[in-house]
Amino acid sequence: MRPALGLSVQALTVRFGDYTAVDGLSFDLPPGGTLGIVGESGSGKSTVLRAVCGLARRQAGSVALTGEDSPAAPGTAAFRRQVQMVFQDPYGSLHPRQTVDRMLAEPLALHRIGADGPDRERRIERVLDDVGLGPGYRFRYPHQLSGGQRQRVAIARALILEPRLLLLDEPTSALDASVQAEVLNLLDALRQERGLAFLMVSHDLAVVTHLCENIAVMKGGRVEERLLASDLAEGRAEADYTRMLMRAAKGFARRDTVA
Amino acid sequence: MSDAHPLLEVRDLRVAYPSRDRSAGSGWTEVVRGVGFSLGRERLGIVGESGSGKSQTGRAILGLTAPGGRVTAATLKLGDIDLLACSERERRSLRGGRIAMVLQDPKYALNPVLRVGQQIEETWLAHAPAGKRGGRTERRERVAAALREVGIDDPARVMRLYPHEVSGGMGQRVMIAMMLIAEPELLIADEPTSALDVSVQLQVLAVLDRLVAGRGMGLIFVSHDLRLVQSFCDRVLVMYAGRVVEECRACDLDRAQHPYTRGLLSCLPELGGTRRPLPVLDRKPEWASENAAPR
Repeated sequence: MRPALGLSVQALTVRFGDYTAVDGLSFDLPPGGTLGIVGESGSGKSTVLRAVCGLARRQAGSVALTGEDSPAAPGTAAFRRQVQMVFQDPYGSLHPRQTVDRMLAEPLALHRIGADGPDRERRIERVLDDVGLGPGYRFRYPHQLSGGQRQRVAIARALILEPRLLLLDEPTSALDASVQAEVLNLLDALRQERGLAFLMVSHDLAVVTHLCENIAVMKGGRVEERLLASDLAEGRAEADYTRMLMRAAKGFARRDTVA
Repeated sequence: MSDAHPLLEVRDLRVAYPSRDRSAGSGWTEVVRGVGFSLGRERLGIVGESGSGKSQTGRAILGLTAPGGRVTAATLKLGDIDLLACSERERRSLRGGRIAMVLQDPKYALNPVLRVGQQIEETWLAHAPAGKRGGRTERRERVAAALREVGIDDPARVMRLYPHEVSGGMGQRVMIAMMLIAEPELLIADEPTSALDVSVQLQVLAVLDRLVAGRGMGLIFVSHDLRLVQSFCDRVLVMYAGRVVEECRACDLDRAQHPYTRGLLSCLPELGGTRRPLPVLDRKPEWASENAAPR
């Protein structure tokens, strides 16, 4: 197995006009580790992922890979190959007029991977197999796939470059509960097989703690609290905001049973 | 809780759409297949995954099935009114009057070019009993009261806002206020909190809860979120492939009998859960069979 990669983000700031979405955020993801960012809409959690992979511009701060001697710098092709992202909505993130085959071939062509045709063929077949889609899905269009199958294609598209850090932006929130379980199991298995590092964003505490060991709770562009998933599970949260999220995750509680 | 005079009675409700694939048998695809329940002044949850027919059931009750769809039922009665015998005009006057609906996303359900207050007032004008519409000041006062009732403390300010100026949680409260101003007996809420953050979700649910308890309304709460329905509703219908596969009291959901319900509950990750891999649903063709009685 290749050496695992980690990520170090220091004093990251992202502004959109006058609005500061991410405000001096720092965190370290150890090589091969898992970090889950939890927060509500507008907390800046997705923007962190976008800033890491270069989809949002950093106004200040640094993003660096860790874990090997000369890690690829952000903005280089090598960085983009090692860091891949899976987006929230598989209904929006796949090209509606491209077949699965074409969507998987494109990253290979862009990064000039696989010298000849047969090699690319093999890679596409293998990655489809890895995400649990048979060869029968290879020449389908997105509209011929279910939500769970589409998200598998999105994961395959990220995996085909053999990345070492996956950025997961709410990868299961658009899926039904039973399909969510399948995708979570797939991600879990892939991580164990390949020693991938995960940086995951979600509003669902249970989903995040299922995949990630370290948790950062974000609010208003800053980290409100950092804790281990096991702490969260046992209710050892300090910040009021984290406690509120935990209560909310338990469902609706009727306060006035008397009235 | 189905008392002697149910608010709503549904027997063998079926909704079908023409199939695109003409070669497949009759040419109709049934998306709701023989749903039946009666509703008193209670909170009834309808849960299921996408495509289970839960929203179609709600829409058929309102008479909002998409054009081309075919709705049939042995019984579809709101109080003493036979909804299937009603003309389109009568259905329309019921809609928003005696039955109201709260939709999933206030961003799309509110009219973007009308101020919030005007939209609420419009509902009142459409459904107020003749001669009770009141003058302008009276109507404004009524709108403000509706907004206060859903927990908005400064209705005068909110009334002047446009939908894009309000947050998701506020928008959903505005929707609820709009639905309530005509004092319906039955409220159908289709995923009313799915587009909202968890903390806001709970506030909106608290508003709904208070209104249902305070006014003695019936509520049909359509959702994919089993845990939420379990904690919020009195009774739950679990739908699969257009049929009700299980009906039980919400507090008994953990002791559900049907393998589908049990599978849905167990495939959710839990805080502090250590199950790896998560159990996944092994869908059995007999779950969809029409002959299997609901448990």
